[in-house]
Amino acid sequence: MARLASVADLEKLRQEIVAARDPGKTKIAICSGTGCRAYASEEVIAAFRAELDQRSLADKVEIVTTGCHGFCEQGPVLVIYPEEICYLKVKPEDVAEIIDQTLVGGQVIERLLYVGPDGEQKVKESEIPFYHHQQRLVFGSNRFIDPCNIDDYLALDGYRALAKCLTEMTPEEVLAEVDRANLRGRGGGGFPAGRKWAATRNAPGDIKYVIVNADEGDPGAYMDRSLLEGNPHSVLEGLVIGAYAIGAHLGYIYVRQEYPLAVDNLGRALEQMREYGLLGKDILGSGFDFEIEVHRGAGAFVSGESSALMSSIEGKVGEPRPKYIRTSISGVHGRPSNLNNVETWANVPLIINKGADWFTAIGTEGSKGTKIFSLVGKVNNTGLVEVPMGVSLRDIIFKIGGGIRGGKKFKAVQTGGPSGGVIPEEMLDLPVDFDALTQAGSMMGSGGMIVMDEDTCMVDVAKYFLEFLAEESCGKCVPCREGITQMLHLLRLICNGEGQPGDLELLEEIATMTKDCSLCALGQSAPNPVLSSLKYFRREYELHIEEKCCPAHVCKALVTYHIDPNKCRGCGACRRNCPVGAISGEKKQPHVIDLDKCTKCDTCFMVCPPKFSAVTKLSGSEQLPAAAPAGEQEQ
Amino acid sequence: MLGTVDRIIDSYGARQEALVQILLDIQHELRWLPRPVLERVAARLELPLNLIYNVTTFYKHFSLVPQGRHSISVCVGTACHVRGASRLLGRVSEALGIKPDETTADEKFTLKTVSCLGCCALGPVMVLDGEYMSNPNSTDIAELIEKCE
Ligand SMILES: Cc1cc2nc3c(=O)[nH]c(=O)nc-3n(C[C@H](O)[C@H](O)[C@H](O)COP(=O)(O)O)c2cc1C
Ligand code: FES
Ligand code: FES
Repeated sequence: MARLASVADLEKLRQEIVAARDPGKTKIAICSGTGCRAYASEEVIAAFRAELDQRSLADKVEIVTTGCHGFCEQGPVLVIYPEEICYLKVKPEDVAEIIDQTLVGGQVIERLLYVGPDGEQKVKESEIPFYHHQQRLVFGSNRFIDPCNIDDYLALDGYRALAKCLTEMTPEEVLAEVDRANLRGRGGGGFPAGRKWAATRNAPGDIKYVIVNADEGDPGAYMDRSLLEGNPHSVLEGLVIGAYAIGAHLGYIYVRQEYPLAVDNLGRALEQMREYGLLGKDILGSGFDFEIEVHRGAGAFVSGESSALMSSIEGKVGEPRPKYIRTSISGVHGRPSNLNNVETWANVPLIINKGADWFTAIGTEGSKGTKIFSLVGKVNNTGLVEVPMGVSLRDIIFKIGGGIRGGKKFKAVQTGGPSGGVIPEEMLDLPVDFDALTQAGSMMGSGGMIVMDEDTCMVDVAKYFLEFLAEESCGKCVPCREGITQMLHLLRLICNGEGQPGDLELLEEIATMTKDCSLCALGQSAPNPVLSSLKYFRREYELHIEEKCCPAHVCKALVTYHIDPNKCRGCGACRRNCPVGAISGEKKQPHVIDLDKCTKCDTCFMVCPPKFSAVTKLSGSEQLPAAAPAGEQEQ
Repeated sequence: MLGTVDRIIDSYGARQEALVQILLDIQHELRWLPRPVLERVAARLELPLNLIYNVTTFYKHFSLVPQGRHSISVCVGTACHVRGASRLLGRVSEALGIKPDETTADEKFTLKTVSCLGCCALGPVMVLDGEYMSNPNSTDIAELIEKCE
């Protein structure tokens, strides 16, 4: 690889790469993202390589190992181009058949296709409803790119935006374009990137830094991870453009060490950039110098906050500081530092290539462009989805997500992670929009979207987030440290059946105090999960307190396990699997659980064959249906 | 052991900015951070030992006690939580006789909790030495533990 000395060199290289690729050649894009890896996609890839070698087809068919395609629910996912045939849940055993039938024989294997709830099959990826209703501007390239090969990115016009900035635009013009696009931060707050960039650019001082926040602290989300793992150059290109606009010559990527694949792929991407001269001194002969360092986070949610992240980069404890002076003026080493989220940076090349007018045509009045969500929980199609701003939550959950799994009833959707809130059924027509979601008591957040059904307890979810936050609060300021601890204490009592009248009012009082008085956004937003669920699901809290009833059968202390004698056929599965020997009964006779021994581990509930579903959870005043008369039970 | 430490420090240069990175690499190789190691880091980086402890106790990834030969992680991310991760954690914890972040007396297993592993569709997820399992029941867990050397 030769260093590219000019934009002309870059374009020449791009032409060579494209020319060497035959668009008609069969290409199999196999997802090797984290989700698919959990389903053994690596073995599928190895099987393909081995089989193709064996049949001497290796140079006729190209295997591209890509990052996440989004439809992780159905992994391992693969797409065969140019026909765009999409196979789901592929196993190593299927590989020989795919080669014989599809690659050689030209036949589609129906068994591996997507099947909709109506039984209809879809051959092409773009026809699958999950993808069909998305607009994958930022995330869509993942499926064409091997993240370890910069040429794949270049073939898709990669680094063209950077070249344009360096040769055709002044830093001021770049900044103005991003400002005009009204790109708002994708990491949670939704602050306009253009304004933040300008503040850092205009801050006094010669040395400035640009930083990627890839800490992804929300414990229910993985979109930043998948973007970094699958298409690292899109983020890096955005970062270099930002550095040029702001006047920075060193950038940091703060990525959590729990994402080893992202760290590896980033390292390789940086190496390849350096080899091509897209990083280092005199980038593309423009005279602009820029370097990037990767800094791994060692596990602290609060270190994702801007001032905390910057002190973490300095090798110190990642605690927030009061922001009388903003980090854009005084950040890393006291120098002006501009921090943006992974997805925010990845939007920048698009805006430069296609223009602010194109970008602002997508979305709502106040929120432009698209947003990637991690759509998970009790929804049929779990995965990563990218939609234009303004789409309703209902469309995301029902059209893209395919509704609630197991035919259960939708209850709420949680957005914004530990800083966000729950949104009930009656507000599902709310659009995806920074301001609309905040108004509803939740927030856009970084993109976690957790769908909950009737079996999810809202009090338990609030408790879950507070447990997380209590663990993660750095303890530097009292309102956050004590406020969260006391709210958690009350929620634990309520979930334990020890709630008292007046607890809810006390909870609200502490929540308000914590919100108003905490030092950083961790504490200021910590009460959101509690306040929003109290607002929309107060009755559920009251039932826990007044009737010691958890209607969703989640709170362990309020639930007992029983076997419905009308349904139990005495198969013995529960008795054999119970780890504490709490279940007794004769073969073919209804079994009984000894409540004194039962540890409520849920194993009996899981192993009872669905055709019987005899294990039942009861709470509060709920009772088993009366035993049927003896005669009826015999048959 | 201290040779490893020196090698890692040299790869970054003995500067405070690299402290967290150095500790991460040491933790990765030794699987925990024994006191003599921290003393060496303090001496080489010319930082007070209490500052090193400040950092190692703040970040969750660092361990100041030895880790088991096998690691079991239960995902307690939000998606896994609403699908029953706390029941799963309870079953694993009961089977091993330890709480999260503890190691069994024979130093065979360490139990950890993690946030979203990116495979929420499998949730609730348990990972045993890199192998993913979707919601194992008590019997499955007992068998898996039995199989480990
Ligand atoms: C406790 C806490 C944790 C945060 N964690 C993250 C995170 O993991 N990733 C992220 O991008 N932003 C996180 N943020 C938001 C950052 O402080 C900051 O606003 C953001 O990275 C700015 O980028 P953006 O403007 O592009 O969104 C967190 C904020 C707080 C208060
Ligand atoms: S990891 Fe393969 S589709 Fe998401
Ligand atoms: S929450 Fe457990 S894998 Fe995502």
